[in-house]
Amino acid sequence: MSEKILEIENLTVNFDGFRALNNLSFSLDTGELRVIIGPNGAGKTTFLDIITGKTKPTEGQVRFKGRNLRPYAEYQIAEMGIGRKFQTPRVYLNLSPRENLELACNRGKGVFPTLFKRTPSPEKRTVSGLLETIGLIPKADMKANLLSHGEKQWLEIGMLVAQSPDLLLVDEPVAGLTDEETERTGELLISLAQSHSIIVIEHDMEFVRQIARQVTVLHQGSVLCEGTIDEVQNDPKVIEVYLGKEETQHEDDMRPMSYPVSTEDAIAT
Amino acid sequence: MTTAQIGQSSTSISRKLVVEAAIVLGIMLFLIFILPLLMSDFRLNLTGRFLALSIVALGIDLIWGFTGMLSLGHGVFFTLGGYALAMYLKLQIPANASSQLPEFMGLYGVTELPWFWRPFYSFPITALMVILLPALVAAILGYLIFRNRIRGVYFSILTQATTIIFFNFFNGQQKLFNGTNGLTDFKTLFGLEVSKPGAQYVFYVLTILFLAATYALSRWLTSGRFGRLLVAIRDDETRVRFTGYNPTGFKVLVFAISAAFAGLAGALFTLQTGIISPNSMNIAFSIEMVIWVAVGGRATLVGAILGTLVVNFAKSTLSEKFPDIWLFFQGALFLVVVLFLPNGIVGWLRDRGLDTFQTLIGKRKRSMTYPSLEEDPEVEYERKNTGD
Amino acid sequence: MSSAFTEGSQLLPSILDGIFNGLSIGSILLMAALGLAIVFGLMGVINMAHGELMMLGAYTTYVVQNAFKPLGVFSQTYIFFALILAFIVAALAGLVLERGVIRYLYGRPLETLLATWGVSLMLQQFVRSVNWVIIAGLILFSLLYFGGMWLVKKRPDFDAIRQKAIAVLLPLSAAVAIAVGFFLSQNYKLAVTQPWFGAQNVDVTAPKWLQGGLPIGNYQLPYTRMFIMALTAICVAGIYFFLNKTAWGLRIRSVTQNRNMSACLGIPTNKVDALTFALGSGLAGIAGCAVSLLGSVGPNTGQNYIVNTFMVVVVGGVGKLVGTIAGAMVIGLMDYILGAGILALLFAQIPPVAEFFTFFATTSMAKVMVFLLIVIFLQYKPAGLFPQKGRTVDA
Repeated sequence: MSEKILEIENLTVNFDGFRALNNLSFSLDTGELRVIIGPNGAGKTTFLDIITGKTKPTEGQVRFKGRNLRPYAEYQIAEMGIGRKFQTPRVYLNLSPRENLELACNRGKGVFPTLFKRTPSPEKRTVSGLLETIGLIPKADMKANLLSHGEKQWLEIGMLVAQSPDLLLVDEPVAGLTDEETERTGELLISLAQSHSIIVIEHDMEFVRQIARQVTVLHQGSVLCEGTIDEVQNDPKVIEVYLGKEETQHEDDMRPMSYPVSTEDAIAT
Repeated sequence: MTTAQIGQSSTSISRKLVVEAAIVLGIMLFLIFILPLLMSDFRLNLTGRFLALSIVALGIDLIWGFTGMLSLGHGVFFTLGGYALAMYLKLQIPANASSQLPEFMGLYGVTELPWFWRPFYSFPITALMVILLPALVAAILGYLIFRNRIRGVYFSILTQATTIIFFNFFNGQQKLFNGTNGLTDFKTLFGLEVSKPGAQYVFYVLTILFLAATYALSRWLTSGRFGRLLVAIRDDETRVRFTGYNPTGFKVLVFAISAAFAGLAGALFTLQTGIISPNSMNIAFSIEMVIWVAVGGRATLVGAILGTLVVNFAKSTLSEKFPDIWLFFQGALFLVVVLFLPNGIVGWLRDRGLDTFQTLIGKRKRSMTYPSLEEDPEVEYERKNTGD
Repeated sequence: MSSAFTEGSQLLPSILDGIFNGLSIGSILLMAALGLAIVFGLMGVINMAHGELMMLGAYTTYVVQNAFKPLGVFSQTYIFFALILAFIVAALAGLVLERGVIRYLYGRPLETLLATWGVSLMLQQFVRSVNWVIIAGLILFSLLYFGGMWLVKKRPDFDAIRQKAIAVLLPLSAAVAIAVGFFLSQNYKLAVTQPWFGAQNVDVTAPKWLQGGLPIGNYQLPYTRMFIMALTAICVAGIYFFLNKTAWGLRIRSVTQNRNMSACLGIPTNKVDALTFALGSGLAGIAGCAVSLLGSVGPNTGQNYIVNTFMVVVVGGVGKLVGTIAGAMVIGLMDYILGAGILALLFAQIPPVAEFFTFFATTSMAKVMVFLLIVIFLQYKPAGLFPQKGRTVDA
């Protein structure tokens, strides 16, 4: 099963002369869980934008299960089996969690199947199961805008799973969560990794340590280095990027760079 | 346990539906049989017109209230529907008449019926066109706009420009549509004299039936998964796209349906006013339609109908009494609704009205120290499950 | 051969004429759209009352003109004072609109559309029925209500009694104002109830030195239109200078690009919004002044311009001055060239094409054609001529 689910070759994205991604190559094995880290402006979110078809690459190509994704629109790519969770939780605020999940779970996503077919009971059971997994059973039928931030994050992950994609792209799943919530999210992701390929973007190094097997560091739009978390943390290039040219580094020193995330968040919403 | 829950909720839903249907039927019977006894013919005709207008409001509610797209161009669809029926009516020329053309064409020296008038000799085609023509225009326009992800204010001002364009077009084509004067002076429909009270009563009843039908259709559209998807598009269209739906198709469909509603309303309105002219495509009328929905309450179908009736009756009363300053009222209405009553009458009743009413009659609901606990579903759930 | 020559000699002036008139229409559009585009870029707000602010500017010009009439030769300079006053009046109206309504609706662009439409209706009715009674009533009401609120605000428990204060003051001041209005109209009759302008259109006559035109061959370039073009150029240059070279301009640009970040950096976004809105409205006032030189002015004057100016914003794209300029000029040129049938003349040799363009060669049909072209254009450039790129768009 070491087939590549995602291959990216020489990817460049040019925004009016600013290269958000620069000649980036990357690949992901089927069933792998990969964490991508990198300072603000390293191109992490643009990287996800490219994979999901939100932005089209200036040069280079992205292949998902061997198919070039360039000609496809976002919804087609989503249908092929790539699910994405956004930086700030994006759920349908005026629908209940159950309805949110049902929409994501729907198999016939054309206009007319959605209009004429009733929700089949296997889908209803999947939804109930998912509600249980993400712990939202008691709040299943109230509007989602009454959920807390953490619950919304979880609901969005639940929606992602309901889509039953092959590849999950998760953008900062633990931003703004409490320590306990963070740990549970980690467990959730690890259990999901048994049946999905996952790319996680994260700043929180403790969390990265909890879930990561392989880590990729992005810097200025290209891959700086790849390896296990220990390899990466001891890589002199990484240390230089994060901390400037210093001799010593400590795990906790890497955390301040995760704050402030605010500018990017503000833009993304 | 979960399946049992689902089953239970579905029976309670169907019971609710039966109650709702009964209420609707009751109101319909009242409107058809009782109201004519209470009102003069003139007032009844007015009511009929307003009921026709509330069909447009339903359509606007579908796209604005539920899907979040503010169309300022529904006057166009309304007028297209009106013209389609009016063309049929204008072709009801007695066989012994000197000219077999609608009389205005003679004035402009037209000697042969333009080709696109011909299909309107047939009633079935006309009936189809009343709905299909606006729907088609909306579908094409909507497709061209939505596929490029033009939305929000851009969509609104493009639809507004559409009204100007159609207005100019119909105004400029005297030979084809009688220009500014529009089509009027209708004679007969199925042998009935259109302007007689008897015929008008038939149109009134027809309007009620169509209103009920469109209401039922809207209920169906908004209740299932489709309706939830519309709300989802309103809440976060990008998320919808990344979930694997293509919003374009949904938006085009719902825009076309709401245009079809407008066309139907236009036809019924034309029957009851006896005239259709490009004037109903002016900018103001289309925006007025939106405010009916806003007054009643967005995303509540009842609100759309209620708002239309309230605003229009207020308009006909106030503009009779204060013709000079009617625009002040109307302008103020826009401001008040947007600033102070964002959820409309129905929304206000639902959120606050009951409490306020109880306070007024001195039966205030006793609030606990932490009133929010009363409403917190989690607490409720815990209470239920640990209690027994 | 000689016939081709005469045709050519007819063609050239008509093309020149087309370009000149097109640019002149474009510059009016530009002036009207400039304020709208800046406001839209900054706040995402389409101001439906923009046309009515233009109308206010036009009526101000009318008033100034009449006030200058007794001044003899000096009266011919009224236009400069009118420009300044039109700017001030419209800017003040805009400021009131922003502080009183739009401020509460940020982030809800569609509602803003409806609210500003309501304001535009009220403004239309206002110029129709404005008379001394209404003015006196308004002033009295403002004095009582805002003065009362100002007094109440001084009390330490203001927040607690705020609702009550409004509930008492609002109807009370309104009642007093209306009562005084009634009293006035009963006692002084027509002297105070006579509308200032009425529903009829009023006429502004251009100053003598703007009447006539510059003869070129057998064709005349009217001075008024040249004046308007020059005025537009000055306004654009002024705005460019203001946005790019002054401290407030920098603030406006930064808020346009990233509102939250600017707020974090201590830029008073509230003031920036108010200032920008006033500026945009003031520009509408100047545009109204310019428009009044071209024809009579009525309560509906504004309505004739709004849709066209919206289209300029759609075609030009958001956030760049050059987009608005290009958009206005392109629409103006197309409008005139199509409407005047110049294309039909150009293609006279090819009958079906000529016939096609002749069909669209009226003012109203030209608008139909221009709109179709805009919709087609949007298929290729949905974000307008000069879109902003990057991750920030449409997140």
